[in-house]
Amino acid sequence: MNSLHRPLSELALGQTGRVTEVTGPAEIRHRLMEMGLTSGADVRMVRIAPLGDPVELQVRGYRLSVRKSEAASIFIETA
Amino acid sequence: MADAASIRARPIRIAIAGNPNSGKTTVFNALTGLRQKVANYPGVTVEKREARLAGTDITLLDLPGTYSLSARSPDEQIARDIIQGRVEGVARPDGILVVIDASNLERNLYLATQILDFGAPVVIACNMMDVALARGMHVDCDKLAAELHTHVIPLVASAGEGIESLRGALAHLECRCDRARPWALSSHFEDAVQRVAGVIRPTHVLPDHAVRAGALLWLMDFLSAEAGGRASAERFLKRLPLQAADLIQAMASDLAAHEPDAASAAIEARYTWITQIAQRVVTDTPGRRAATRTDRIDRILTHRVFGLVIFAAVMFVLFLSIFSWAEPLMSLLESAQKGLAGAVKARMADGPLRSLITDGMLAGVGAVVGFFPQICILFFCLAVLEDTGYMARAAFLMDRLMSRVGLHGKSFIPLLSSYACAIPGILATRTIENRRDRFTTILVAPLMSCSARLPVYLIIIGAIFGDRSLLKAAVMFGLYALGTVTALAMALVFKKTLFAGPRPPFIMELPPYHMPRPWALVRTMWDRSKLFLTNAGTTIFAVCIVIWAMSYFPRLSEADASAEAKTRLVRLDPAHDADAREVILAAERLRHSYIGRLGHLIEPAIKPLGFDWRLGIGILSSFLAREVFVGAMGITFAVGDPDLHADALRLQLATATWPDGHRVLTPIAGISLLVFYVLACQCVSTLAVVRKETGSWRWSAFMFTYMTVLAYACSLGVYQIGWRWLG
Repeated sequence: MNSLHRPLSELALGQTGRVTEVTGPAEIRHRLMEMGLTSGADVRMVRIAPLGDPVELQVRGYRLSVRKSEAASIFIETA
Repeated sequence: MADAASIRARPIRIAIAGNPNSGKTTVFNALTGLRQKVANYPGVTVEKREARLAGTDITLLDLPGTYSLSARSPDEQIARDIIQGRVEGVARPDGILVVIDASNLERNLYLATQILDFGAPVVIACNMMDVALARGMHVDCDKLAAELHTHVIPLVASAGEGIESLRGALAHLECRCDRARPWALSSHFEDAVQRVAGVIRPTHVLPDHAVRAGALLWLMDFLSAEAGGRASAERFLKRLPLQAADLIQAMASDLAAHEPDAASAAIEARYTWITQIAQRVVTDTPGRRAATRTDRIDRILTHRVFGLVIFAAVMFVLFLSIFSWAEPLMSLLESAQKGLAGAVKARMADGPLRSLITDGMLAGVGAVVGFFPQICILFFCLAVLEDTGYMARAAFLMDRLMSRVGLHGKSFIPLLSSYACAIPGILATRTIENRRDRFTTILVAPLMSCSARLPVYLIIIGAIFGDRSLLKAAVMFGLYALGTVTALAMALVFKKTLFAGPRPPFIMELPPYHMPRPWALVRTMWDRSKLFLTNAGTTIFAVCIVIWAMSYFPRLSEADASAEAKTRLVRLDPAHDADAREVILAAERLRHSYIGRLGHLIEPAIKPLGFDWRLGIGILSSFLAREVFVGAMGITFAVGDPDLHADALRLQLATATWPDGHRVLTPIAGISLLVFYVLACQCVSTLAVVRKETGSWRWSAFMFTYMTVLAYACSLGVYQIGWRWLG
C-alpha cells in the first residue's frame, strides 16, 4: 500500500483517509479523539463551509465540523 | 423484585444520560408525560428537568446531553457530578439510563461505556433503530447487552416503540457492579489508577464501586493540560483531606512525567474496544447507503451561494419575528398595564400607596412582562433552529466571520438577537460551550442597538434634525453601525485581554436534519420562558421598585415649589387648567426627588458632554428601561404624556436653553447624547439577566462600568471636538 502521511486539512473534497496521529494541545487533542478521531478511524472530507472555513468531516458514521486549523493537527494516511 | 423494592428506603432516582441529538429528551418525555419540573442547577444555567416515571414512584432526572464525562464544559461537569453524587441538593442517582443513537453507535458508546465504568445499575436505550436500519445497519441489542453486561432495549422513541419494555427494565434495575474493564490501560497508567483509587477509597468521597472510574477520570482531567480539565481536577482535590490530595497529586505528576500522553492512549484503547463491539453487533442490511436526506438538504443549505442567501433569509425572519411580531402582543400588554393603572388611579386617592401600585409595581410587572413576548418568540425560534439541526449549520456558515474577532460561529445568533433586545440575546448564548466565548458574547451583546433605544433615537434625532429625512435616516444607520462595530471591536479586546488564552476549538457535530415536533417546540419555549420570569423577572421587578422610590421621594408640597413654577401656577385658571397644573407640579416633584437631585448632582460631570441636569434626569431614569427616557423627558419638560404630545416634546427639547440662554440640544450635543445612548448600559433588566447567567453580580458591575466609561469617553470626544470644530 502506498501510504502518505499528511495533515487531514490537505484531504481533497470527497477523499477518504485513515487517521494515524492526532497532535496539538492536550485539551483539543483529547476532545477530537473523544469525538472518534482516533488512529485507525476512517475520515472523509465532505465539504468546506461557503466562507472557506470550517470543514465538514464524516467519521464513524456521523458528521463532524472542525476548523482547518484543527484539521491540520490530525494526520492521516491515504491509500 | 418485590423484595428489592421493599428494601429501598427512599424513592428511586434514575438519571438519563446521552449524547446531544441521541433523542434523550424524546425518551424522557415519552417515559414521563407532561408533568415535569424544570429548574436550573444551582449556580449555572444548565437546565434541570425532573419528572416521575409514569405509573411508578421512580423519579427521572434528565442530564445535559454530553459526548463524554471529561468535564470540559459546564454541561459535562454537571452530568458527571450528578452521576458521582457531587451536586448539592441532588441525591446520587440509584441507576442511570443511557440513551444511545443506534445509527451512530461508536461515538455514543464512548459515553455509555464511561458511565458503565462507574458500576451503578445501567439500562441502555438503543434509540433510532429505524434510522440505523434506513442507513443499512441492524444493531443486535441482545448481543450488545451481552458485550456490555447490562440491559439494552431497542427503541424508536419518536414513534413510541419500545417505551413499554424500557419502562419495565427501569422498574427492575439491578446492580451489576462486577463489570471488569475489558480494555487495558498502559501498565504505568493502570498502576497510577490503582494507587489513586487506593487513596480515594478510604476518604469515602466516592461510593466504593465508583472509585476506580473516578480515579481514571480524575487522572484524565489532570493530564489534559488546559484550564477546563485542570480546574475540574483541582476542584476534586478540594474535597479530599489535604494529605490525600497531596498524595494523589504527586502520583498524577509522576504519571505525567513517565507517560505524558497516557490520556490519549486511554481514549484510543477505549475506542479500539468499542470498534470491536460494533463489528460484532452491527450487521449490514441492504439499505440506502448513498446520499442521505440530510446530505441532499445540506447540498443546498450549505451551498456557496444559496446557503448564504437562505441563511440571510432565515436570520431576517428571526430578526423580524423578535423585532416586530412581538409588537402587537407587547402593546397589548402595555395597554393592559396602562388600563390597570388607570383603574387604580380612578379608585384610589392620590398618595404614596397609589403611586407605588401604579408607577412602581405595575410598571415593574410591565417591565418584566413587556419582554415576555419577545423572549417567548426567541425561544421558540431557537427551539426550531436547534430541533431541526439548522443551528449547527448556522454556526458552520458563520464561524469564519465570527472567528475574525475571536468568537465562535455560535455567537452569531445571540448577537443578532440583541438588535431586538439584549436579554433574549444573552439567554441565547447558552448554546456556546466555551466559557470565555460565552462571556465575551454576553459582555458585548448590549452594545447592539436594541429596540428600546429606538424611541430615544427617534425623539432626539427628530429634535435636532427636524424634517431632513435623508439626514435622519443616515444618522439612524450610523447609530446601528456604531453599536455593531463597537461590539465587535470590544469582543476582540476582551478576547485579547480578559479572556486571553488559546483559541477554543471549533469541534461541532452536524446532526442529521430532523422534522421538528410542534408540541416539543412549544414545550421547550414555555419551560425556558417560565424560567426567565421566575429568575430574572423577580430581580427586574425589585429594581424597578427601587427606581420608583428614588423618583417619588422625598415628596414636595406645593408650597415648596420653585418661584418660577409658582408664578406659572398662579397664571393658570384653576377651573380649566387642572391638567396643566398637574404637569407643572409633576415636573417640580421629579426635580425635587432623589433622582432629580442626582440629575443636578451629576450635571458638572455631564456638562462636558453637552448635557444639562434635565437630560441627566432622563439618562438616570433610563436605567429602568431606555424607553423611559421619553416619558421622563415629558415630565421634566412639563409637556404631559409624551405619547400624545410627541411634537410638543420635540419642540421643548429643541428649544430648551442653558441658564445663559444657549440652546441645550445643539446638533453636537444631540449627537453626543445619541452616542451615549448607543454605548451606555442603561438597562437594569440586562444587568439582572447577566447576573443570573454568569452567576455573579461582578460581571454585571463590570459590564456596567466598561460600557459607561466607553459611552462617557466617546460622548466627551464627540462633544468637545465637535464643539471646537463647529463652534
